[in-house]
Amino acid sequence: MATRRPASQLGIDRADVRRARTLARQVGKPIVDLATRHTTVSVERATLRLAGLGGADPDGTPWVNRLTDAVRADVGLEHGVSLPVWDALLRGEGDDLLTLAQKAAAGSVTFRVPEGKDATRARTASRRAVGAGIKQIDRQRAAREKLIAKVGDAPSKPWIYLIVATGDIHEDIPQAQAAAREGADVIAVIRSTGQSLLDFVPEGATREGFAGTYATQENFRLMRAALDETSRELGRYVRLTNYASGLCMPEIAALAGLERLDMMLNDSMYGILFRDINPIRTFVDQRFSRQVHARAGIIINTGEDNYLTTADAVEAAHTVTTSQLLNEYFAKEAGLEDWQLGLGHAFEIDPEVPDSFRLELAHAMLARELFPDAPLKWMPPTRHMTGDIFKGYLLDGFFNLVGALTGQGILLVGMMTEAVVTPWISDRDLALQNVRYVMNAAGKLHEDFRPAPDGFIAQRAREVLGEAIALLQEIKDDTDSAGDPPLLAAIADGTFGLMKRPADKGRGLDGVARKARDYYNPATEILEGDA
Amino acid sequence: MSLIRPYGDTTGDGMVQLSFTLPIEHSKVAEGAAVQLANKMGMDPALVVHAKPMGEGFTFFVVYGRVNHLVDPSTVEVVERDYPLLTPKEANASIKRSLRRRLTVVGACIGTDAHTVGIDAILNIKGFAGEKGLEYYREIKVVNLGAQVSVPQLVEAAREEKADAVLVSQVVTQRDAHLLNTREMSAAFREAYPAARRPLLVVGGPRFDETMADELGVDRVFSRGTTPGEVASFIVHRLTQEKAS
Repeated sequence: MATRRPASQLGIDRADVRRARTLARQVGKPIVDLATRHTTVSVERATLRLAGLGGADPDGTPWVNRLTDAVRADVGLEHGVSLPVWDALLRGEGDDLLTLAQKAAAGSVTFRVPEGKDATRARTASRRAVGAGIKQIDRQRAAREKLIAKVGDAPSKPWIYLIVATGDIHEDIPQAQAAAREGADVIAVIRSTGQSLLDFVPEGATREGFAGTYATQENFRLMRAALDETSRELGRYVRLTNYASGLCMPEIAALAGLERLDMMLNDSMYGILFRDINPIRTFVDQRFSRQVHARAGIIINTGEDNYLTTADAVEAAHTVTTSQLLNEYFAKEAGLEDWQLGLGHAFEIDPEVPDSFRLELAHAMLARELFPDAPLKWMPPTRHMTGDIFKGYLLDGFFNLVGALTGQGILLVGMMTEAVVTPWISDRDLALQNVRYVMNAAGKLHEDFRPAPDGFIAQRAREVLGEAIALLQEIKDDTDSAGDPPLLAAIADGTFGLMKRPADKGRGLDGVARKARDYYNPATEILEGDA
Repeated sequence: MSLIRPYGDTTGDGMVQLSFTLPIEHSKVAEGAAVQLANKMGMDPALVVHAKPMGEGFTFFVVYGRVNHLVDPSTVEVVERDYPLLTPKEANASIKRSLRRRLTVVGACIGTDAHTVGIDAILNIKGFAGEKGLEYYREIKVVNLGAQVSVPQLVEAAREEKADAVLVSQVVTQRDAHLLNTREMSAAFREAYPAARRPLLVVGGPRFDETMADELGVDRVFSRGTTPGEVASFIVHRLTQEKAS
């Protein structure tokens, strides 16, 4: 570490922190190696999207899917689609990607893996085309920085994060603008239930969804344009969030970069554990998506809060720490910097548990100390929110207080009507009043507050770190008969929460291919080479 | 004492509290409008104790007041669910107690329907509406076959897994596809299994009518808004009851 940190308030031994990070690296490295040896249909489709191929056929199947499937049928996926596709273009099979995709879908193009000079030419052409998309991502990053410099940034931390989710993008827009006017610094558009399991990205502006709105390039564009307008009106840049998760993680990351989204939900293991997506597919897709996020200046949000919605928040506290350490390793390996790591954690301890507030504070302080430069994402209570909105309002107040005391970067606003209704206009306003009151009354309390050196909070934080180190050690020592990397073996035998997810099962496995010797992907080359 | 009134701090005072938002800028007129609404709802007198502008053109009110209505609990009619709602813990305990093994559920979207939203909301650990899916239940083994599963494939999978219950989700309703598919499915199971050994057949989707179970030849139909807990409770109730009888 370059700068000297102040001594730990929790009495944490620096050697323990180093040990935890070393273990995370030892557990993560074999997974990275595995990821670099494979590609997936979604990585290849994301590459085509970066080269400018969009749109869908009359049945709504995106052209990137049609083209990738056609290439795969002819020459397999293991060479990547770039060489066969640009080789076909150079052979005059189509004037552009769209024409080629249409012809390929009709079965009138035969793809081959070019060799020699043909391969070199295809390489150069594909790199030029994909490079244009990455330039566009660079331009969007610069545009964000310029707009922030011009209209101003969110005035204080934590950034206030509010959700909209009507299913209809044209309904979401005025709601998002209203939420921004009411004080939101970050707007998240919740996705339609189940989009994570679609192996394609829907096309166009959508007006129907299930408990959320589909993530599409056009929806991204419309919402960002609306929030730009609102940012200018309010004199502060309002950030936009969506989800790079599920089977199309790399494609959605690419679209987010192209359309200047500012934050993306992107967890290393969420899809495996909670959506039964194949572990290898997830790790390959995740690495590519994080490389894109790194380039685009997007802040990722990880999903540790989910662990606490299924397991006991006291017993499983160390799984959050473990996951944060792994997420940090994978993120940095992919090129993300500390300021881009919105590592997640949540206020989910049963309020009936004695000292629940002190436990919450201990866990949150631990996260703050372990990741001093990351904008942690603090998630409100959901599990113990009932129809008792009065009690829920108090619980949210205590949640906000922990947020204030531990310098959270991103605060998802808790609603007292959680588990009752999708938030009403008054629920949102009352929730924001709650946040403002706490920040105004106690926002600087951390200047005065020091936990007793060997008190309950400090001891609890050290205990959780100790358990996390033990768990990482256990993962590192895990094995399976196939000789998979230890983390895969650990995921397979149910180390994380409740789910056993073997490496050879789960959704999307048929979209994974081991790279051939001549595999080529210009996007990866540019993203890794220019990093 | 059969007739009762709300209770604030004195028997019979009839006091209630109410909060709501009106789409109107805050003003004296707005507060009067809030009182008028409360009056129409039977609150008289009604006292606006809090009024606050919210967003542009909206005002939030808290109103306290007295209602004159009497309620008679003896005339309340309740539609009882025919199975108790169980928490995951209770469901697990019940399965352990009466089956003494894990309960196996096979789920699928049949026909050409590619919408796995429904089946995933019920089965995936992620769940729906704040409830965890059936995968979360330790004593339930979930086999989710996904989309576009043919009826023979489903029957075969059910046999192979020795399914206790089969869950089918249907979202697409063009030309009554959901009804036709369901009838085909239930007929196939009747043909493939002796009546006593047939797994429990449960079908769900947003356009189903919950009263159509008999007509479709299934044990239960679930409609829009059904949560995983309801499905789990029903399955556990029926299967553990069967064992008991």
